[in-house]
Amino acid sequence: MTAVQSTPGPAQAIDAPRSPYRRSKPTRTNFELYAWLFMRMSGVLLVVLVLGHLFVNLVLGDGIHQVDFAFVAGKWASPFWKVWDLSMLWLAMLHGTNGVRTIINDYAERNGTRFWLKMALYVAFTLTVVLGTLVIFTFDPCPVGADIDASALPSFCPAR
Amino acid sequence: MARETDATPESTAGAIPSFDVTVRIRRYDPEQDEAPHWEDYKVSVHGTDRLLDALHMIKWEQDGSLTFRRSCAHGVCGSDAMRINGRNRLACKALLKDLDPSKPITVEPIKGLPVEKDLVVDMEPFFQSYREVMPFLITSGHEPTKERLQSAHDRERFDDTTKCILCAACTSSCPVFWTDGQYFGPAAIVNAHRFIFDSRDEGADLRLEVLNDREGVWRCRTTFNCSEACPRGIQVTKAIAEVKQALLTRKV
Ligand code: SF4
Ligand code: FES
Repeated sequence: MTAVQSTPGPAQAIDAPRSPYRRSKPTRTNFELYAWLFMRMSGVLLVVLVLGHLFVNLVLGDGIHQVDFAFVAGKWASPFWKVWDLSMLWLAMLHGTNGVRTIINDYAERNGTRFWLKMALYVAFTLTVVLGTLVIFTFDPCPVGADIDASALPSFCPAR
Repeated sequence: MARETDATPESTAGAIPSFDVTVRIRRYDPEQDEAPHWEDYKVSVHGTDRLLDALHMIKWEQDGSLTFRRSCAHGVCGSDAMRINGRNRLACKALLKDLDPSKPITVEPIKGLPVEKDLVVDMEPFFQSYREVMPFLITSGHEPTKERLQSAHDRERFDDTTKCILCAACTSSCPVFWTDGQYFGPAAIVNAHRFIFDSRDEGADLRLEVLNDREGVWRCRTTFNCSEACPRGIQVTKAIAEVKQALLTRKV
């Protein structure tokens, strides 16, 4: 099924696809199937997660004015919001990365360009996800230290 | 064709409005031209004329070097798909009066396949992916001595996709196909669908395996360009979605 065409090559100076005569090697995996399924399911979840996030942060209470250090600390004191934000981070990053991967596959013209763009994408993905996960898990809502204004801490902190 | 009815009485011929159109054709002769270029032709046509009639007039009366494919001239053979006013249509099914004759009508070869001359493209890449989905009946066991019967209900399941005339209007309107020409393309999937959902056929798994490929159905972004382009009115995007569904559930 990978037969290379023996017909004459494309005429010069025409907008033709990159390689109309060579079929790429068949892939025997379900990767694209799962990627496709993941995009649909994560998309649905993200609608709920992101809209819920925006609603809680920007509509409930004082809206945007309530968002400060104490607000975030208060949210992350609860495992519920940790899980929420963590799934939002992972799903959004995987969803977005897969989308950009598709775009790179489509639009990068040379194999080298495609490879390096995807490498840059995966590095950016890893950095963001690792950093974000680290912050969510190691965040201390009640830091202690001389330069910390106790009145700015959330009310449940013992230092307050 | 209005032009061939010149013998009919003046009264009926006069009843058909006639007007002038400018046809702007993307010309390319690989032996002379560096690059494709546009050329305008003025023809006076009748309200019943199709773009194909205008192309004939140009070729027969103005410039014999104009090259295009056509055979049946009635929307059956699928040889004259071209990009007309930016949309893939069959020249023999596009009435000039529906194409806004007040402006020049642009005619280009279909995109995504190598142009050989003027409006003629090399269809080989298109047919290659068509062949890869095995568009023929696959059965096992003995040949029956009579025809293979099928209920009307089972026939209905894939009726839409039997109508394909392999004109390539869909595949060459697909932006995913334009990028690298590796995507199987709507036409190949439509013709795989025609056998995958045929109750008499036993090769569904083989074809699904082919279309599960990186260049298979998962590259479809549901742009709907193919459904819009299909001169046979096949719900191409729907057929692709049904193949995706069959792959997900492994059930046809
Ligand atoms: S599906 Fe429609 S547009 Fe595509 S090749 Fe068949 S007839 Fe032409
Ligand atoms: S000439 Fe046969 S389809 Fe148009």
